[in-house]
Amino acid sequence: MEPAEIASIAQHSGGAIGVAWLMIALPLVGAAVLLLGGRRTDKFGHLLGVLMAVASFVVGALVFVQLLGFAPGERRRGVTLFEFIPGLVDNVGLLVDPLSISFCLLITGVGSLIHIYSIGYMAHDPARRRFFAYLNLFVAAMLLLVLADNYLILFVGWEGVGLASYLLIGFWQHKPSAATAAKKAFIVNRVGDVGLLIAMFTIFATFHSLTFSGVLDRTGDASQGTLTAIGLLLLVGACGKSAQLPLQAWLLDAMEGPTPVSALIHAATMVTAGVYLIVRSGPIFEGTGTAQLVVTIVGVATLLAGAIIGTAKDDIKKALAGSTMSQIGYMVLAAGVGPAGYAFAIAHLITHGFFKANLFLGAGSVMHAMNDEVDMRKYGGLRTVMPITFATFLIGYLAIIGFPLLSGYFTKDGIIETAMEHSAVLGWLAVLGAGITGFYMSRLVFMTFFGKKRWDAKAHPHESPAVMTWPLILLSIGSIGLGAFLILGNRFMIFLSPAVGAPAHSPAFNPFSVPGLATLALVAVGAVFAWMRYGAAEVPATAPRGSFLTTFARRDLYGDALNEALFMRPGQWLTRLAVFFDNRGVDGLVNGLAAFIGGTSGRVRRIQTGFVRSYALSIFVGAAVLVGAWFVVGNL
Amino acid sequence: MNGTIPAPTIEYGMLAPLLVVFGAAIVGVLVEAFAPRYLRSAIHLPITLLSLLISFGLIVWQWIEGVPTKAAAMGAIAVDGPAMFIWGTILVLAFVSVLLINDEGHFVGSAAAVPGSAEEEQALYEGAAHTEVYPLVLFAVGGMMLFPAANDLLIAFVALEVMSLPLYLLCGLARRRRLLSQEAAMKYFLLGAFSSAFFLYGTAMIYGYANSLDLAKIGATLGTVGGQDMLLYLGGAMISVGLLFKIGGAPFQAWKPDVYQGAPTPITALMASGTLIAAFGALVRVFWVALGGLDWDWRPVFYGVAVLTMLVGAILAITQTDIKRMLAYSSIAHGGFLLIGVIATGSAQAQNTSALSGILFYLVAYGFTTVGAFAVVTMVRDAGGEAWHLSRWAGLGKRSPLLAGVFAFFLLAFAGIPLTSGFFGKYAIFQAAVTGGALSLVIVGVVASAVAAFFYVRVIVLMFFSDPAADGPSVVLPSRGTAAVVGLAALATVVLGVFPQPVLDLAHSAAQSLFVR
Repeated sequence: MEPAEIASIAQHSGGAIGVAWLMIALPLVGAAVLLLGGRRTDKFGHLLGVLMAVASFVVGALVFVQLLGFAPGERRRGVTLFEFIPGLVDNVGLLVDPLSISFCLLITGVGSLIHIYSIGYMAHDPARRRFFAYLNLFVAAMLLLVLADNYLILFVGWEGVGLASYLLIGFWQHKPSAATAAKKAFIVNRVGDVGLLIAMFTIFATFHSLTFSGVLDRTGDASQGTLTAIGLLLLVGACGKSAQLPLQAWLLDAMEGPTPVSALIHAATMVTAGVYLIVRSGPIFEGTGTAQLVVTIVGVATLLAGAIIGTAKDDIKKALAGSTMSQIGYMVLAAGVGPAGYAFAIAHLITHGFFKANLFLGAGSVMHAMNDEVDMRKYGGLRTVMPITFATFLIGYLAIIGFPLLSGYFTKDGIIETAMEHSAVLGWLAVLGAGITGFYMSRLVFMTFFGKKRWDAKAHPHESPAVMTWPLILLSIGSIGLGAFLILGNRFMIFLSPAVGAPAHSPAFNPFSVPGLATLALVAVGAVFAWMRYGAAEVPATAPRGSFLTTFARRDLYGDALNEALFMRPGQWLTRLAVFFDNRGVDGLVNGLAAFIGGTSGRVRRIQTGFVRSYALSIFVGAAVLVGAWFVVGNL
Repeated sequence: MNGTIPAPTIEYGMLAPLLVVFGAAIVGVLVEAFAPRYLRSAIHLPITLLSLLISFGLIVWQWIEGVPTKAAAMGAIAVDGPAMFIWGTILVLAFVSVLLINDEGHFVGSAAAVPGSAEEEQALYEGAAHTEVYPLVLFAVGGMMLFPAANDLLIAFVALEVMSLPLYLLCGLARRRRLLSQEAAMKYFLLGAFSSAFFLYGTAMIYGYANSLDLAKIGATLGTVGGQDMLLYLGGAMISVGLLFKIGGAPFQAWKPDVYQGAPTPITALMASGTLIAAFGALVRVFWVALGGLDWDWRPVFYGVAVLTMLVGAILAITQTDIKRMLAYSSIAHGGFLLIGVIATGSAQAQNTSALSGILFYLVAYGFTTVGAFAVVTMVRDAGGEAWHLSRWAGLGKRSPLLAGVFAFFLLAFAGIPLTSGFFGKYAIFQAAVTGGALSLVIVGVVASAVAAFFYVRVIVLMFFSDPAADGPSVVLPSRGTAAVVGLAALATVVLGVFPQPVLDLAHSAAQSLFVR
């Protein structure tokens, strides 16, 4: 397939776009001040953090407005910052285009709301300042990732968000589970990062450049095989960051972090970086049908796996994490379809950012009220005591299951339609996934807000303070209207097309197609089934044993066992082998060599007698040898 | 021509940097003769520092005016880019060394008193001091400046002696371990005189061949005289013996550990930086200007010398237990690395300027680091004076983390770890050598660096990962001068390691202007 036409990049220096780097610099300064300032900044640390996030959002909004002022074909603006590694990337530059600015607004917008929410959520944590420092660091790194105009700087941001994610998952290091989870996330991400790195090496070897303009405009120069290799390697990177099969195992454990972190990093923004990478590298994937096919398969497999895991979890955050995996699976599926899917992938990414942040923050609000209890079997009947949380959560819930006219309805339906056009098998599997979504999300809502109270004796649930409810309200507004705004009239697709290329024919939104109606029907079935099991019926306080299928889902589809068997055990054996070899072979050689040199040193040292006469003799002999050598060489 | 001797023309303006230093040295002698004892020290220090500063200022001014390329003083002294770069480097390092020398407690009160005798007690009691140190240092510095600028073998010989004689004296003036110091001075003098004789004899041979002592004229004569090759080879070999002795090239390196150990540590710092730089300046000039056309003959010989020097320096350093001797062997190894650069300058008549600029940069980088390292040595003391034995340095990192950290940093720079000046020095030379076709030498150089890294890192391990001895040495609170020296050296090592471009550019433009012919 020929890559779709992408608008060329115009260099830019004036206005808000000229200072787009402020978006990155402001939260970075915030993080630096909070980390270096130490306890002195405890008093106002959280306010500074919020201020920097909001300021970054304001800059982003101004950039967006300025960008809209250009004709669509001129909306890709490059901002050169400084010269860096000539020949590799030449310059550190930012690329402001419809794709990156969409991400910027999502990251800073949702990010700001989550910063504000965290003031309340982390109010009693002694390390609140550090928390805000890490959040700011994350925002800066994520913006660097999406604004970079080359793969190298993208990688810097990529590692930066990985670091922030590690620090925040393990924020409560005193809990061994949190420390382990952080390590796990970091290590699994290394696997993906290696993929991305090798992809970058291959790109450089092929195109002699790492800039987007130098690579993506010239994909025609590379052979099909090379493009496939690059595409698959990029996919490995994307799988690591976006928790796609087979590198999904870390995301569920990542829920050990504070809930705002789960909302911001492990739901709304960072985990979507893989989708960004695939869409940004679109021309590479469009040049190779094989890589695209693998991308769609990974997407579908993950969307089903995540949904199945979501059905069996009693931990409210882990159920939501499964749902995150699943929803990102949808995005990856759409991104694998090509230009026709990009707009839906990104649109779903944005609406998902809102409603998933909404859901996570709502879950956080519930946990806050229930003494940090996460087991849904100990919730129940919370709708009356927490009306605002309930109402906003309900909106998020309706949005994610694709209730008509809410955000998720438009974007998810778009993905299903596109997938259906691409391949009927993929399309119907996506429909099935939507049905399961209807079940597990309904289960979650019924167990939490409906039914009998199954609270602990010590629990005294109450509504959260305004600083936490207001972000919920704002996010739920996005959950309601954003989908319609983006999808109706193909608004978002047209906006995005200069950056990712326009599809050959744009599938229009059609609510009455067969797949659309089937999706609605399946979701309804799922919801009703959930009502029968968890709404109307009694929910047991301890989980029943369940069938082997339930166990399968509860154990994350044996993802951890698989990782252990496939990677950890062989890895350990490899380490042991290497240690053995190192001890016997390498060390023997090295120690032997060292002993030889040391012995030589000890023996030769005796020549240094300390007597002038022997020194003079050595000079004399040396001079004689020198003269002799000169003669020999000169007469050759 | 009626028996009148034509007055020589001398470019006083061009030679002003030299004249200032020598003039100040003579003023210092007068001060010694006429100023009252209690005032001498107070007069000497400003004169010495000021003369070095003025001389440096003059060089900077000349450089800005446009680097001259001229054989001044009737062709005897070359004033050109490399010479001026070396002058500037020596002056800065001499300035720094004088700050170290100015510190109390390094020099004996009365050198003539027999160690351990009543006279020595008396001198100590009276607080006698050898303020002659300052003019002696200035004479030595003057000689160091003249040596690499000498455009005439006889002037080179004179410069060699002007540089060396004060140093022989200075080596014997240590306040502690006086016998060791006097022995070092004696050895240095005897061996130095021995090697100078080789140099002089070689000069005579070359004169016999070329009928001239002027380097450029010697260079022009090469290949035009038939049947006299024996004189040329003998002369060239003997001159190189004299020069290799000064840089400590094997097998002429034996004096270095003994002398470096025995000499007062500030003087060791001056020798390790200034003498090495001056000798390399002279070596490159002689083998570029005079014997450049003969590189097919001397390069193979130098190959052997360079390999031997690197290996001797690196391997023998491993078993040293004395910090000053270890640094001396390290200096020998570095001399070997620099010899690689010298060999690269003569590659196939292309007269590799990148090798020349690499040598110049290396000399700056190594000079600063080595002065800093010896400055640190002066600060680690116990009851018997400076604590030289390595076992005494165990656990220093726990007691004085800052000092140990700085010293560790210097050691890493010696080892050539990136982000230190040593890395770019080695890189510049090795790269020039690779392009010059001396790949095999570079391989030996890298291996020697790896061996050398062992004993540098061993000291770091000793300082940071061993438990301090109960009666271990204490770190004296440095005087302002010593602190400034350590700080400046550390700063130079960092800046040259992180941001080497300005100095590289400077060295490059110095090398570009080439040697005057």
